[in-house]
Amino acid sequence: MIANYGFEDGSGSYYIAIDTDNCTDCKERGCLESCQNKVFEMVLNDWDDEVAIIKEDYCNQLKSICAGCKPLIDRPELLPCEKACSFRSIVHTW
Amino acid sequence: MTMSNVEKVEYWRWGESNWKNPNISDCSGSLITAGVDIGSTSTQAVILADGELYAYSSIRTGSNSPNSAIDAMKWAMDGTGLSLEDLRYTVGTGYGRVNVPFADKSVTEISCHARGANMIYGPSLRTILDMGGQDCKAIHCNEVGRVTSFMMNDKCAAGTGRGMEVIANLLSVHVEDIGKMSFMIDEEPPPVSSVCVIFAKTEATNLMRAGWSKEKVLAAYCHAMALRVARLLERNGMEEDFAITGGIAKNIGVVRRIERILGVRALETEMDQQIAGALGAATIANEKITNWWRRKK
Amino acid sequence: MITVGIDCGNQNTKAIMVIDGKIMNKASVVTEFDGKIAAEKVYTMVLANTSVKRDDVHAIVTTGAGRDMVDFSNASINEVSSAARGSRFINADANLVIDLGAEGCRAMRLNRDGRVKNYEVNDKCASGAGTFIETMARALQIKTEDMGDYSLRHKKDLAMNAQCVVFSESEVISLIHQQETVEDIAHGIHVGICNRISSLIRRVGIVDGIMLIGGPGYNKGLVQSLQDVLGKDIAVAEDSEFVSAVGAAVYAVNLV
Repeated sequence: MIANYGFEDGSGSYYIAIDTDNCTDCKERGCLESCQNKVFEMVLNDWDDEVAIIKEDYCNQLKSICAGCKPLIDRPELLPCEKACSFRSIVHTW
Repeated sequence: MTMSNVEKVEYWRWGESNWKNPNISDCSGSLITAGVDIGSTSTQAVILADGELYAYSSIRTGSNSPNSAIDAMKWAMDGTGLSLEDLRYTVGTGYGRVNVPFADKSVTEISCHARGANMIYGPSLRTILDMGGQDCKAIHCNEVGRVTSFMMNDKCAAGTGRGMEVIANLLSVHVEDIGKMSFMIDEEPPPVSSVCVIFAKTEATNLMRAGWSKEKVLAAYCHAMALRVARLLERNGMEEDFAITGGIAKNIGVVRRIERILGVRALETEMDQQIAGALGAATIANEKITNWWRRKK
Repeated sequence: MITVGIDCGNQNTKAIMVIDGKIMNKASVVTEFDGKIAAEKVYTMVLANTSVKRDDVHAIVTTGAGRDMVDFSNASINEVSSAARGSRFINADANLVIDLGAEGCRAMRLNRDGRVKNYEVNDKCASGAGTFIETMARALQIKTEDMGDYSLRHKKDLAMNAQCVVFSESEVISLIHQQETVEDIAHGIHVGICNRISSLIRRVGIVDGIMLIGGPGYNKGLVQSLQDVLGKDIAVAEDSEFVSAVGAAVYAVNLV
């Protein structure tokens, strides 16, 4: 299941897509420590599996929270969280 | 500080309602399960009897959400002879971490919405657009109503009931009338700013000054809102069959324009489109208890 | 050498008269519904109380959202150019200019020669613009001009969750019902908008020599909150809302 966490407004669409189907096979949970702002956390989903989500209070501010990792110049090819997920299940849509 | 905000006429809330299935006269002996969806602006309660839709209600969410859940359920039960004690299993859902006090389990609103929409519109449904009081969701599901992807926006008022309120208040038009009024025009006007309802409101004000009729301004505003939500839908992936739930599903001004933009007809229903979440919750409740019984045997 | 710069903003139209490199007069009117009429009005006003007649003016340059609606100007320049020029003219140390207007926000980095190195604009979401502060002031039932003073007297930090003008208005009202003070709410409002515009600023890169221009620059509480959020000092002009008009007037010298 692709869960998109974030928001959109007139200026654009700012979502982090997490493919949670892979979370059940994940042992390292690399995403949790990869983010300097600690936006990720593990929760039990509706089917009692542990999956990664973006913390609820952060969703509507992802644009400013994630800005530090996305400079105009020298933006890395893979962001720290995208790189940390061994399944490549995390994708920033902006 | 005056309470004038509470007293002023609220143009944007749908009326409260309840409904009882005329084909079910006696539910004694039936397995009664229920779902409650506490939204930011309205709360729905749905009751199933042996898995069949028996009764539902939709009321405004008061300042105390747990009380709203109880009030909604009591009103749904009105005339059925049922009481809270008769509920064998109840699933609660809603925005944030709201609690339905008598629920046996909480399930996320995304899952409940997909399930409920699948119950309303059938197994061919793949894409759901839910436009609620304060949020807008694009949900992709499979033939049994299981979510395969979702994208929600509750940051921005565009595409939500609160966004419609901005124009309803500006023009003093009730939300029930916006849809049909927006089609009382000779020609579809260009949309107002589709990026922000505040900017759209400024534009609408200027258009009124320039002599546009209320109907024309409403058309331009509905068009702008339709453009915004169509973008959200396309970002999450648009696949037929497609349906719209939530309060704005009742606004044909927005619905028809979304269909026009996407080139897709939305499925229709006789049921109140605001009950999708609670219906999904009740369906999940029913499954939980019947599976439990099956396992016990 | 007499030039006039007119900033045709969404909310207010501002005019500046520059004579031989010095700012001589200023005027401002509410734009209302007709930007052309507002520009004409403010032009008349900026000439009034001076000995300058229309024929004495060598060049008029417009800027701002309504810049191309004016038919009596010699040229128009975009808001980024006028903001950059005006900022450097007033403040030689300005390297990063934040132009917060009624309906948009622009962040620009300037080179040593004053040219714009890069910039980011958000004019698509009202919650990152001056309109946000005004609307919240209305919800608090205080004047926009007083927001700064209230916010500087705050006692505690209130985190505002809502990120949209429409939802924030409701949040402010519910905070009032919860007996939170106007001071604390005003401060929370400023922190909220500063967090939002900081993402714009981080995209161009935070450096020393930050200047905030535009009407909201008068709001001392906002300036303080922005300093707190960015961790840098922020300069403001005494006539903050006129800086872009100054830039246009200064540019006009090139046309003569």
